[in-house]
This record gives sequence, structure tokens and C-alpha cells, in this order.
Amino acid sequence: MAHSARRDSPKLPDFSLLKRLAKDQLVYLLEQLPGKKDLFIEADLMSPLDRIANVSTLKQHEVDKLYKVEYKPIVSTSDQLCFLIRPRIKTVKWICDVANADKAAGRFRRYKIIFTPQKFYACESVLEEQGLFGDVTTDEWSFYLLPLDDDIISMELPEFFRDNFLAGDQRWVRTAGSTLHLLHSIYGPFSKIYGIGRCSKMVYESWREQVEEEETKARQAEIGNVFLIDRDVDFVTPLCSQVVYEGLVDDIFKIKCGCVGFGTDATSDKNVKVMLNSQDKVFNEIRNEHFSNVFGFLSQKARNLQTAYDKRRGMDIKQMKTFVSEELKGLKQEHRLLSLHISASETIMKKKTKQDFQEMLKTEHSLLEGFEIRECISFIEEHIIRLVSMIESLRLLCLLSITENGLLPKDYRSLKALFLQSYGVEHLLTFANLKQLGLLVEQQPGETLTAMESKVGKLVNDKTAGKLTDAFSSLAKKSNFRALSRKLNLVPKSDEEYNLRVPRDMAYIFSGAYIPLSCKLIEQVLERGGWTGLEEVTRLLNGHEFSVTGNNGADLRANNDAPRIVVVMFLGGCTFSEISALRFLGKEKGYKFIVVTTAITNSSRLLEALLENHMRPVNT
Amino acid sequence: MMKTRTDEEDYWNSSKYKAFTFDDEDDELSRLQESKRAVNSIRGLVDDEDNDEDDMERVSWSGEPVGSISWSVKETAASNQRTDRDPTPFPRISTDVANVSRGHSGYSLSSLFKGKMKGGNFQSFTDSLTDSSVRLYAPELRKPKSEYKDLVSDWSPEETVHRMQQGKVVSLEKFRSLHDKLLLLDFSVSAHDGNVITAILIYLKRTLSKEVLFRELESRQTALRHFIHYLTETRDQKLLLDLLRSLGRTEDTVLLQYKEHLNISDANKRRDFLKSCVSLPFSADDLAHVQDHFTLLDRQIIMEATDGQNEREGKVEIFQKFPRKAPIHNMPLIPTLHYSCLYHYSEAQQETFSSPLSLRHTFKISEKQFFVTALAARVKLKAWSDVDALFRSRNWLGFTRKKAPLGFHRVVDVLHKNAAPTQVLQEYVALVDDADLRISLAHKHKCHDIVINTYRDLKDRQLLLGYREKVESGSAAQKKIDELLENPQIRWKN
Repeated sequence: MAHSARRDSPKLPDFSLLKRLAKDQLVYLLEQLPGKKDLFIEADLMSPLDRIANVSTLKQHEVDKLYKVEYKPIVSTSDQLCFLIRPRIKTVKWICDVANADKAAGRFRRYKIIFTPQKFYACESVLEEQGLFGDVTTDEWSFYLLPLDDDIISMELPEFFRDNFLAGDQRWVRTAGSTLHLLHSIYGPFSKIYGIGRCSKMVYESWREQVEEEETKARQAEIGNVFLIDRDVDFVTPLCSQVVYEGLVDDIFKIKCGCVGFGTDATSDKNVKVMLNSQDKVFNEIRNEHFSNVFGFLSQKARNLQTAYDKRRGMDIKQMKTFVSEELKGLKQEHRLLSLHISASETIMKKKTKQDFQEMLKTEHSLLEGFEIRECISFIEEHIIRLVSMIESLRLLCLLSITENGLLPKDYRSLKALFLQSYGVEHLLTFANLKQLGLLVEQQPGETLTAMESKVGKLVNDKTAGKLTDAFSSLAKKSNFRALSRKLNLVPKSDEEYNLRVPRDMAYIFSGAYIPLSCKLIEQVLERGGWTGLEEVTRLLNGHEFSVTGNNGADLRANNDAPRIVVVMFLGGCTFSEISALRFLGKEKGYKFIVVTTAITNSSRLLEALLENHMRPVNT
Repeated sequence: MMKTRTDEEDYWNSSKYKAFTFDDEDDELSRLQESKRAVNSIRGLVDDEDNDEDDMERVSWSGEPVGSISWSVKETAASNQRTDRDPTPFPRISTDVANVSRGHSGYSLSSLFKGKMKGGNFQSFTDSLTDSSVRLYAPELRKPKSEYKDLVSDWSPEETVHRMQQGKVVSLEKFRSLHDKLLLLDFSVSAHDGNVITAILIYLKRTLSKEVLFRELESRQTALRHFIHYLTETRDQKLLLDLLRSLGRTEDTVLLQYKEHLNISDANKRRDFLKSCVSLPFSADDLAHVQDHFTLLDRQIIMEATDGQNEREGKVEIFQKFPRKAPIHNMPLIPTLHYSCLYHYSEAQQETFSSPLSLRHTFKISEKQFFVTALAARVKLKAWSDVDALFRSRNWLGFTRKKAPLGFHRVVDVLHKNAAPTQVLQEYVALVDDADLRISLAHKHKCHDIVINTYRDLKDRQLLLGYREKVESGSAAQKKIDELLENPQIRWKN
């Protein structure tokens, strides 16, 4: 609300087409399986499926009963079973158990697996091993992209992050390439592609090969620019506490597939599920706002609403009639939304005041600034001892490690010991994972020197590069955060007041304390039309940057918005705070950003993905 | 501590971040609540909102929109539990008609899809949509069987990988020489397609001895990672351990072995397994942790046997008064200490396995950890004398003074979380060094005396008047304020 658009905003392409495409293909696949059938759906596919189809769509195509995949023996009496799943070995093994149990019981059924967004050879080889290849037939549903909002499209593949960055498995690279290809075919051709990160490079390559495999025709492009970015280029941003409304709601209530369940404590009576997107007029105005502005806005809205309702006093019958037919419905809608967000804000306030949130923010800000690190460490120590929250403790530890380029051996040892004592020794495995990813590491002896060098800049990187090639187990790299932060001015050092009502830069999403690295890179590259002048920065980020201009028949006639439309593809997830920052940037510079992400993430999702299965909190 | 807190205050009062504080709750929250009241008060007009569904989703009892897939799956599950009394899995789908027409594309779907969309060939579809006229789109039809007759034809390793990427049928059987196999692998790696890399690894696993395979993987890091991930997913623990050992990756090997304990649910078996882990070549630091893990579980088993029996027999009062929630097996150390401080606090001597002091001694628990944990447990039981004792310390003159190994604002927090009554809170809020922090805590926990006395000492009549509005009318606190305000001996500064 406070932001003023500098230029007219370009119009966004219509992404509802993607939903229709996915739905039509699903219908086609179901039609390939005539007759009544029971459908088993993988738990994490249910919400995405809900966004594009509903029960009646499925029923029309002879789906009889619907079940969730639960890895238990089944109770279906149908002669045809259809499984709609992600390509995971575990799930295929379960289906084999089901089919083999039927075989043993002398029961004949037909089985069909629909993998989405694609199948993997490893899954088919399970069918082969279990003697079921052919008995169980397979198909693919190329449901690559789910539009969550006008400017957010998700691949809904949270496992991308762990598979790619922790395990080093490139199974999703082609998937991401195909995703880009899909966008390119419908909304392209793209004219410029930028990127940074190993995975981004591979995805770009995969996409390019897929484009080469077919002929292209000149078309009116709707999307001009693409920016690919790996999540591991910037781990700091997703590890910070979110304080912009949409991000806070995600941190506290967990937004799932664009939908949130405001728990019983938010709305007094019941658990309500609400879609959060630009259709919600109240939400749309506060989603990008710093939380401190939200109250004021909501109170103002409440007063306006009161006035609008009050108008009916003293109306005659005719006026009343017009009021009811023209305004009342809108007011009621607004009223409903308003009370929803007021309750949500109330819960957020209560939660955040309870857990010394302020001290937490202060610690984060100190870490970002590299200030009073000892105090930060003792805060983290007490946080662990008091058993406040395992994930929050891990988050602070990682933030400390990345911003400081690793912990001193003495600190590493004592904090790790405290953590294991508070949360269980099995977290040795968690620490191993975090180390592998470079999120929580111990400074190697002699590295105190490199910390100095990083200020000077150059030397350190040749060394890092050397280390990377010979380090066989680790994809980790040094963060060089401090040097990057100085180079890009990520931490505004001004002592003047930061007016959160009228933000001057993207730092507002973190109370004016930090400009998200990921978004800053995007801003810089777009401004320069490439990486020129950012050599120092890319070296600190361990390279893998690219910038290419296409010559693929883009139709640049007429007045076209395409050059101002930028797709930013986050490989490994992005946060709502980053989306807010990009929306702000777009308004400032006259761009429209479309965020394409493997999944919406936040600090707890990111860290929970790095725990071993048994230790993950159960929440489905 | 003192310094930290002051800095913190400065920090939040410094101009930079002033615009945003959560703890300013009174103002913001009351404003918010006011808005809420305002909004709720206009409900009169809106109460009939249940009747107009046209602009909102219908939500079932579980909160899922009726007709949504999640909702329907739950319905199926529920109806199955109802022992199939209700034959139809979809009891109420009221919005059928509306929903169909809303999301309908307008095409006849079966006529649209003559074939399967393959390999991301979206071109033709796009055209049909950018053109205003409706053009049908017929992607690549399934190829007739005959086209595959020369399956074993001479695809080179590169071509084979390329075809695999496109999801086409290939045969790997003809690649029999090690050279060919490795070419396949290397091409797949350079194509960055993990799916194909894994497929080829599965083939190599089947057709090469593990020694040869491991040897070749050692110099191919990307392929190696895929193989490790594949073995992890298929739970081929044995081969994975062989692989890691042959690569000399000791740390990964021992962690993988140690991880196995998570799959053992029986406590005794798990303990025995952990005992065997102690002889694994862990790093010195980690070994100490694993040793502790074993010792702790071993002790938990002993404690559980006694406590479980005492609980069942009803002989020990504490177990009746505060029934245990679950067995203590596999609890981390600090929660175990908390448990011990709840149920075994009186066993002060170190000899018993279950006493807090014994745990503290065995696991070298720091003073701060012990203090916080014991405090939380004793407050929870409202054992105030124990709580007092925790703070007691004598200086060299023999005076006693309350002391804590961490800031008193943290102490207050622990007390508050464990539902300590206001009088107790008040006592500790008073010990908070920093004046501003003290007063804000006093506000938060409604420690009226502290607030009132502070304002009196500040001789701040205005603040006192303001606070009078916040306390309950007719309460002791209000009387006290009134007395102070009427006291002619105080010289107010305002």
C-alpha cells in the first residue's frame, strides 16, 4: 500500500492455462483406463490435485473411491487400481506389496501407476525386480507447474532440495529443464537468460537441449527474461525470521499449496482453511507489508467498514434496497476477510511475544552485522539449554556458521554437545548432514587467516576452488558472507531511522537490517544486463554464473511487455519474504517478477529436510 | 549479563529499529482487539452469512472444502471405518454442477487428446491457444510396436543415453565391455540427467563385480553420489557399507552403522546395538557422544523398570499425583534430567541411578543446564523450598543472597512457562538488574507492587495515574496507588 509504482506495471501472462493443461492431461490418462477404478493418491499430491481438479472431475471418469497412500494393506474391492504418485522407490515398493499380496490370495486386478511429473527408471526397475513389470502398467502425468497465485508458480517438489543439494542426485535436473521448456513453449520465446549455481547451469543446458530437439516458430513473447538461481547460493535469507505478513503467516501457520489452516487459536470457533492469494482483497494489501504496519492497516480498515455499514442508518427503503443489492455483499466479504486476518494477527502477536522473539531478532541482526558475536553465542547456548525449539536452535547455529564462515572449534564442540544433550545424540546424523551442505561447519585450523583474506578478497577463492575439486564427499562451499555483504551493501549501515512504512529498499522485509542476497543479485544483474562488474561477487559465490542472449525468433514487434517480465526460478525453494522483496523491486524498477520455485520454503522446511526421517516432526 | 541487557535495550531503543517492536503489545494488541470488537459488533447484519454460499467455499466439518479431493479421501477413510454401512463413498457432493461448468475448458476432452503428450512437445498446443480459433492438438501417437523391432540396433553409447533421456525404449544388454559401460556412464553424467545416470548404474551394478564397480566409481564423483543415494533409497545397507569402506570413508561408514539403531524399536536390543557402536572408529568427540547415548539408554531401562512398577503398584505418591506421560526410553539427556528432577529429586545422594545429581555427575552436565532444568521441574511441582534452595548462595560473610547462573529475566521466563503464581514471579522480577527490563516484565506479569514502587521512586505521578487505569478497580493495587497519590509527603516531579 505504501509503495508507489514508478512506472506502469506490465501485465502478467495468464497462467491459468497451466492448470487447464494439467487437468486435461489427467482426464486423458483416466480415460485410458476405462471402467470403474479406485484411485490411490500420494499424500503430498492431494493439495496440488485439489487446485486443478475436484472429485466430480474424477467421478466423471469412473473413479469410484479415493484413498490416500498410507503404506498399509489396502481395503479396496475394485478390480482396477490406479495409483497417482511421485516417482519414489518407497511408494512403488508398497504398490508391489499390494499386487503381490493379491497374487498370493489368488485375486486378479489391474494396476496402473501414474507417475507425476515423470517416471524414473529406478522405479520401473523395482517393478521388474518384484516380477510385476507388465502386470503393473505405468504412465506419466506431466504436471510440472502449479500456479499458486498470479505471480507464483510452484513445482511442488520439496524433495528437490535434499536430493539435489544434500545427496547430489541430479534426478530433478531434467524435470526442471522440462518445466522451463513448458513455460518457454507457451509464453516464450525468452530473449535473455541469466543464472547462478551449478544446478542452474545444468537446468539451463537441459532446457536448451530440449528446445533444440524441436523447431520453433516466431511468436509474440510474453516472458522476456529468465533468472535461474540455486538455493545454495544464498542460505542466509531463508534462515532469517520472516517479519513480512505473508512470510510470518507461513512460519506460524504453515501455508500449504496456497492454503492455510488458521488453527483453533486464531479464529475462536473452528479451524478454517482459507486460500491466501491476490483474490483475497484484504490479504493482498497486507501480504508484503512489514508486520508492524499490519495492525494499523487492519484497524483503519475496520473503521472504514464500520462507516460503510453505518451508512444504512437513516436510509429509506429504496436506498436500502440499492445498498443491499450493490454494496452489502462486498462489505460482508470484506468483513469476513478482515476478521480472519485480525484473528491471525492476534495469534501471531501472542506467539511472538511469548518466545522472546525480540531477542531472537536482535541476535539475528547482530549475526548479519557481525557484531557482538559472543553475546549471540551465549544467547544460542541458553536457547538450546532451555529447550525452546529444536529447529530454531539449529537455525541460529547455521546462521552463526554461515555468517562467520564456520564456528571456532571450541564453540563448535561445546554447542554441538549442548544440542545433542538437549535434543538427542542421534542428531549426530543431522550435524553430519549440515556439515556436508556447508550449513554448519567448524573452521579448519589455519582458516582464521582466510577470514582475513576474504576481506582482501582474491587469494581465498583459488584456494576454495582447489578444495572443491578434491573434496570428494562434500558439495559444501564457503559462504564468504561477510565479504559478500560488504561488496553488495547487504547490511545498510546507516544509523538513521528506517521507515518501514515507506521502505527505501528491499531490506524492509527484514526490518531494515538486511537486503536478501538472492534478490540483490537479481537486481544487480538485471540492472547491468549481465554479470559484468560483478566478477568479485561471483568469485566469492564460487562462480557458475552465466548470462545468455537468445536468438530464437522472438517476435519483438509492437509495444511488448515481455522485456519487463522476468521469471525467477529458484532451484531448491524460495521464501515468501523473497517474493515480497521481488515484488517491491518490481514496483521500483518497473519489472514484473514471476517466481517459479521447486517449492515454497522457509527456515523450518529447509532444516527439517536435513533431518533423518525418524526425527522429522510429524505433520501430515 | 548486565551489559548485554543494557545493550539490548539500547538496541531496541535506537532509532534504527524502533518502528517495530512486538513487545509493545499493550498498545498494538489493544488496538487490534478493539478492531476485532468493532468488526464483531457489526455481525448483526452479517449473521446470515451461512446462507449465502455463492461467494465462498463450502467447508466441511474438517475444514476441507466440500467436494475437494482431500475431503473426499477423508470421507472414504471414514466410511471404511464405518464398516461400509454407507455404500457410496461420496455422501454429499452438492456443488457438482456448478463445479463442472466453472472449471471446464470447453473442449471435448476425449477428442482433444488423441495421443499422449510426449517429451514436452507443447508447441502445437500453444499454437492452438494463441490462435483464436480452436485447433485440436494431437501429440505424438504411441508408436506402433513394429517400430521397435530393431531394438538392439546399433545405438552408440551417446545415442543410447540421448534416447533414454527422452524416455524411449533402449536395450543396454549389448554394452558388455567395461569400456562401453563406462562410456555409457560418462555420457549420462555429462547429460546431467540423474534419472539416466541411476538407470545405467543399476545396469552396471547387475553386470559388474562390486570391486570393479567401486573402483571405477571412485574417480567419478557425480556417479558415485547417485549410486550412494540409490543404495540408500533401496535400503541396500550391506552394499552401501561395502562401498563406503572400500572408499575409505570411515566417518560416513560409522555414521551409517550408527544410524541403524533408529530402526530398532525394542529398548534392550537398541541398547545392545548402541553398545556395539562404541567400538566403531568414531572421531574422539563423537565417540564420547555415542558412549553417552549407550549409557543413558542403559540407565533409562533400569529407571523405567523401577518407576513403571512403582507407578503400577501405586506405592509412591508422586506417581499418583503426577502420572507419567510415557516411558522414558529414548528421551534425550536434558528431558531425562527434567524427569529425574520431577520424580527423584529427593534422592540427593549420587548412589542411585535415577537421582539428578547422579545424572549430572555421569554426564558432566553444566551448572547452567542443571539449574535451568531443575528449576523448571521444581516450579512445575510448586516445590517452592526447593526453588529457593537453588538460588541460595552464601558469600564469605555468611549472608545469603539469591544468585543464578543466568539472567533473572530468563529465570522469570522459566517460572512463567511453568505456571508460577504472581507472588513468586514478583519476587524474581524484582531481582532483574536492568530497570527498563524489570518494569516491562512487571507489566507483562502484572506484578503491580513492582510497577507502583518503581513509579513512586521515580516520583512520576503521571505514570502512576496511567497505571491506575490498568489495574482492576477496587483492587489492593488500586488502593495502594490512591494512598500514594494522596500522600502529601511525596514530592511528585510532574
